[in-house]
Order: sequence, then structure tokens, then C-alpha cells
Amino acid sequence: MEREILNRIVQDRAAGRSVVLAKNLTSGRNIVLYPFENTEKSPIVDAAREAASSDTSGSVAAADGTWFLQVFNPALRMILVGAVHISQPLTRMAAMAGYEVTVIDPRRAFATEARFPGLTVLTDWPDEAMEKLKPNRRTAVVALTHDPKIDDPALLVALKSDAFYIGALGSSKTHAKRKERMLAAGFSEATFNRIRGPVGLKIGARSPAEIAVAVLAEVIQAQHATEKAKEAA
Amino acid sequence: MNDVTAAAPRSFETEDVLGIAHAWKAEGRKVALATVVTTWGSNPRPAGSMLAVDSKTQFCGSVSGGCIEGAVIREAMDVIEDGKPRLLDFGVTDTQAWDVGLACGGKVQVFVERLD
Repeated sequence: MEREILNRIVQDRAAGRSVVLAKNLTSGRNIVLYPFENTEKSPIVDAAREAASSDTSGSVAAADGTWFLQVFNPALRMILVGAVHISQPLTRMAAMAGYEVTVIDPRRAFATEARFPGLTVLTDWPDEAMEKLKPNRRTAVVALTHDPKIDDPALLVALKSDAFYIGALGSSKTHAKRKERMLAAGFSEATFNRIRGPVGLKIGARSPAEIAVAVLAEVIQAQHATEKAKEAA
Repeated sequence: MNDVTAAAPRSFETEDVLGIAHAWKAEGRKVALATVVTTWGSNPRPAGSMLAVDSKTQFCGSVSGGCIEGAVIREAMDVIEDGKPRLLDFGVTDTQAWDVGLACGGKVQVFVERLD
């Protein structure tokens, strides 16, 4: 592999770009493709787009031999709104599952180093923090404060993004009230229904750690379901 | 505002083999990169999994559950020597599996190339 190709991919990954390395298995020739930036219609670029969407590397046959399309997508991210008790185990579990985790909480009493060792917490207001973080198709957003003043501004930004998962902690009753507020804010019912609430898979979770498992499991399920849907499309 | 950081190192699935290979190359080491390009049947590592190895057989990453790494590294030494990329087939019947290495009965194709 040529040095320029390797350098380029390393730089693109650091910049958070989706990159596909196309490798001709006959000649050994490598080319770099940007599946979501290149709008060209060609069998290889189309296949690269599909591979990147489904996050699955694979081969495609062409006139000049078989090309292997290797997908390098930016890391999956998880944004937690609320430096609450559930967030403590959830940050650790999500990091183990490969997520880059960010916690947002403007309440400095919650957002302490002692409660989240090694993890930096953003103390901006949630809407400002969310605008900076720019959730995308590889981002999960989970609102965990129970407090509409903090959760709602974050959810409003999340609903305008391509986040593959949006969840909010709270009972069915709390969620119904949330719905009233969001519809009043101008969101359609279909858009509101992107928010999963009550949050997490139903495994009878009670403790903060158990709820963290339920939430992470639902996020993982949503992420793979998104891939499957894209593959089928 | 504080920086956005991750709490812990990324999982083993996301080990940055390419980044490590790039750093080795920058140190002046001779490096080959092996990539799983096709799998059939049961396989522990999906297409796109990588292993980087230097001319002293130090390696990182994986292309199987540990069964074929030895053979891939041996081939990689030749690739580092002559610069010719190779497409390796590891497909075995269950009775041969223990010799060649894929006890799971799967098949795998691995592309090995030198970093220039």
C-alpha cells in the first residue's frame, strides 16, 4: 500500500470522515473513496456507499477484477444528558462497547470528577452543548435527568438531527407530558415517536447499573436494526 | 468548557491497527498489513479485520481467533521481502482443521501487502 494512501486514511479518520478503502485483489491497487461526500453514480462508489451505510466491509466484482471495500466509519458516539447515578455505570459500559461517551450536565454538583473519574463532563446548557457536539447518524442521545428544563432542550436538538437513537428516562406518564410539550413546540407525532420512552429494553431493571444495561442493550439493538434497514433498502 | 473525551480505551473490536501500522512505518520499521477480505461459514473475525506485522514478527490485531495468525505472519515476511501482495486462502475440512488451524470449519481469505 502506498504511503500517501495510508497517510490519507489516518488523517481522514482523525477528522471523523467516513472513508472506504477500495483494494483491487488482483493488482493490489488501492483507492480511497468518500461514500457520503462523493455523489458520483458508479458501481464501485454505489457499493462503497452501501458498505459504509451498513458498516460492513465486503467485495464487489468489476471488469478489472474483484475490489475489496474496507469501511472506516467514525466512532459511534453516545451523548448522555444528566450526570446522574445511572450515567455512572452507563458511561463505563458504553465505553467498553466501543462508544465515545460524552456527558452533559449544567449542574456542577453532579458534574464532578469524583463522580466521573477520567471522564470530562460538559457543563454548558444542553442545547448549546448539543449544538457543539452535532449528533449524527452514528450518535445515540439519552436524556436521563427527569428534569424538563435540562432534558427538553437537548431532545429538541436531537430530534432535528440524524441520531440513530434518542431515549428519555421517565414513566409512561412523564413521557405523555413530554409529548404534550414537544407537540406544542411544533414537532409532529411521528418525529416525537423517535424518542424511546420509557427508556431501555424491558428486562425488569431496577438498580442504576441494571437500567444502564437495559439502555445500552436498546442502543445496540437500534444501531444494528439501522444497519439492517439500510442493507435492505 | 471542558474537552470532550471518552471514559475508557476503545474496545478490542475498534483497535486501531491501521494507526499502529502507520506509526510503526513512521519509526522506520518494515511493515506488512493483512486484511480479511472474504469469509465463509463460522468465523470469529469479519471481513475488514486487520493484522499488522513488522519484519521482526511483532504484530497487532487479528485475522482469526488465533488459528491462522502464525501462517499469515510467515507469509507476511516474504511479502515484506519482495513487495508482492498475496491473496491467501485458508479453507479446510474438519479433519484437517487442527493442522491448518481453522477448527471452527470456516474458510477465510486474507490479503497481505507491504506498506511502502
